[in-house]
Amino acid sequence: MATAFGNEETVHSAGRGDALTRWIGRHPVAALVIAVAVIFALWLVLAPWPAGFSAVFGRKRLFVNALFNGITLGGLYFLVATGFTLIFGLMRNVNLAHGSLYLFGGYMGYEATQWTGSWLFSYVVAFVCCAVVGIAMQFFIFRRMEGQDLRQTLVTLGLSIIFSDLMVWVWGGNAIQIDTPDYLLGPTPTPIVVAIRSSGAVVFLQYPRVRLVIFLAAVLIGVGLWLALHRTRIGVMIRAGVDDRDMLSVLGYRVQLLFVLVFAVGAGLAGMAGIVGGTFQSISLGEDSHFLLASLQVVIVGGMGSIPGAALGALIIGCAEQFGQTYFQNYATMLTFVIMVIVLAIRPQGLLGRH
Amino acid sequence: MALAQLTDSHETGVQRSDVLSRFATRHGVLLVVGVVLVILPAVAGEFILDQVVGWSLILGMIALSLMFLGGYGGMVSLAQMTVAGVAGYMVAVFGASSLPTISLFWPWWIAAPIAIAIAVAFGTLAGALSARTEGIYTIMITLAIAAAFFYLTLQNWPVFNGFNGFTTIPAPKAFGINWRHPIPLYYLILFFAALSYVVVVYVARTPFGLALQGVRDNPRRMEAIGYNVTAHRVAAWAFAALIAAVGGILMVWLNNQIAPFTVGFEATIDLLVVAVVGGLGHPIGAFIGAIVYVILRTFALDTLVDIGLDGRRFQTLIGLGFLVIVLFSPDGVIGLWRRWAARGRGPGGRNAP
Repeated sequence: MATAFGNEETVHSAGRGDALTRWIGRHPVAALVIAVAVIFALWLVLAPWPAGFSAVFGRKRLFVNALFNGITLGGLYFLVATGFTLIFGLMRNVNLAHGSLYLFGGYMGYEATQWTGSWLFSYVVAFVCCAVVGIAMQFFIFRRMEGQDLRQTLVTLGLSIIFSDLMVWVWGGNAIQIDTPDYLLGPTPTPIVVAIRSSGAVVFLQYPRVRLVIFLAAVLIGVGLWLALHRTRIGVMIRAGVDDRDMLSVLGYRVQLLFVLVFAVGAGLAGMAGIVGGTFQSISLGEDSHFLLASLQVVIVGGMGSIPGAALGALIIGCAEQFGQTYFQNYATMLTFVIMVIVLAIRPQGLLGRH
Repeated sequence: MALAQLTDSHETGVQRSDVLSRFATRHGVLLVVGVVLVILPAVAGEFILDQVVGWSLILGMIALSLMFLGGYGGMVSLAQMTVAGVAGYMVAVFGASSLPTISLFWPWWIAAPIAIAIAVAFGTLAGALSARTEGIYTIMITLAIAAAFFYLTLQNWPVFNGFNGFTTIPAPKAFGINWRHPIPLYYLILFFAALSYVVVVYVARTPFGLALQGVRDNPRRMEAIGYNVTAHRVAAWAFAALIAAVGGILMVWLNNQIAPFTVGFEATIDLLVVAVVGGLGHPIGAFIGAIVYVILRTFALDTLVDIGLDGRRFQTLIGLGFLVIVLFSPDGVIGLWRRWAARGRGPGGRNAP
């Protein structure tokens, strides 16, 4: 059976490559415009700016910083949203308690760093704690109401109300910051020119090392997830379940185990993202709804149940948020909102979503 | 669809006379409640009148708009509080408030219709966006819309006055009556709440309402018969937005202020809690849910402390109550009541699911 799925996959990906060339062949103008836009964007980032540009966009340092913040924030959003999108894709369960899992992971990670002093170890703790909560939710509640997606969603809503209140009880309303470990402290020089001094000396962008490292880790996790979904037997089963859950269980696969696994991984990733968020910014009351909203936006823009979609959506939403905050503070959220509206109007299933 | 669990009409399989007798009892209860509400100002104090009953009626109206979309249209919207908030903000912007730099101080008979029009346009846009997708997506999209509006009001100072919002937004003086006084304001709220209830009950029985329920139960079949599914959905959104908008204006006049947290995450969720706890199966559920919620919110704090619990754990109490309802009585309090009434009639009664 697995080989059958595997064959289908190779055929499918070959078809996709063809589709790209066909698309370019059919829309040469659009392809050219996109190519020019990409080159222009690269030039915008890498080259020093002529004077006229600074008049429009402000100083280049501002622009590049917004871009880097946006991309690294996108990495964080990706970590939160992949679990959300996987859980939805497989189980049709809109997990509105996902933000609570994020916050819970952050708090557990904070406790772990306080006790052990190890930042890396806290990721394990957060992953395990949130995975256990996720497994318990799936095992005790959602298993009993399969196929009733609205009821499941309402249950996650009730849980999120309770979780957030209990977390306020335990950790209070104050913001908590997780300390960056020493080996990741400080800036890293990058080969990006920010400005040229009058003396002719070139100023390069310095960027916080921890954000770059975490972004790389998010990319690695994304690639790892993609490989796990596309190159392993369990991944094939999960993707088959996303496409047709009933058929998968008819074929004799233990769908319930798969659900528990996906819920555990999704919740665990949200928990790990909590530590990232606690290191980047801080974790506090209200962050759960902030990150639930971010996951919703990422998944609406990127497409349901798709990991590449979550990555693309996270980048778009992260950058939109940062550029919005840099360039038009009063209407910053309108930018993400407008992006969401445009995507919904043109492709209701999301940019990389399938229907 | 999963919605059927929450909204299935309980009329099926029931004897005709049974329906009639139950209708009569329900009608009787409604009459009694109506009379009590009308004579309430004679006995109740200002606090009970406005902060408990008036607030319940307004919350019930906004929840009614959610109930109409969810119960009859099969679209559970989390944007109804936002629609009400848009109307409230607009009445503060176009009408009077304590901020002469933003408010335009137009008379109420211009400001209120403009506010309603903008809110209805907003609600219709939200509907048009989510009506193209199916079922559970609606919750996600409307929640994202609601949150986006909340963050906009929080960040935006030129129009929404950021974190502070607006204060001193009085109800107008019109037709020789000062609607700011508690008793006229109470009757104003009661009038619009009763009107919206009657209109929703009526619309549900019109051809449009029946077609909408058909769309809820089987959009594909309705499409095949020749109904325009999307148009029906969007029209339902516009109608629901109208109710929510009127509720929003009354809300601002009652509270005399509006701030981002009026349309915040918690308020948005609480409105869904109100509608679901009351029951999405019948319009009266919205008002039942609202009064239960307001009474809990007003008196539970003291009660919790009295029985030796931490009063600050109020949200946990709300969450647990909500979970219990969703897990054990998906059709809300009216479902419980219906089952209890059916059981009271002995073996002839309908078996509870």
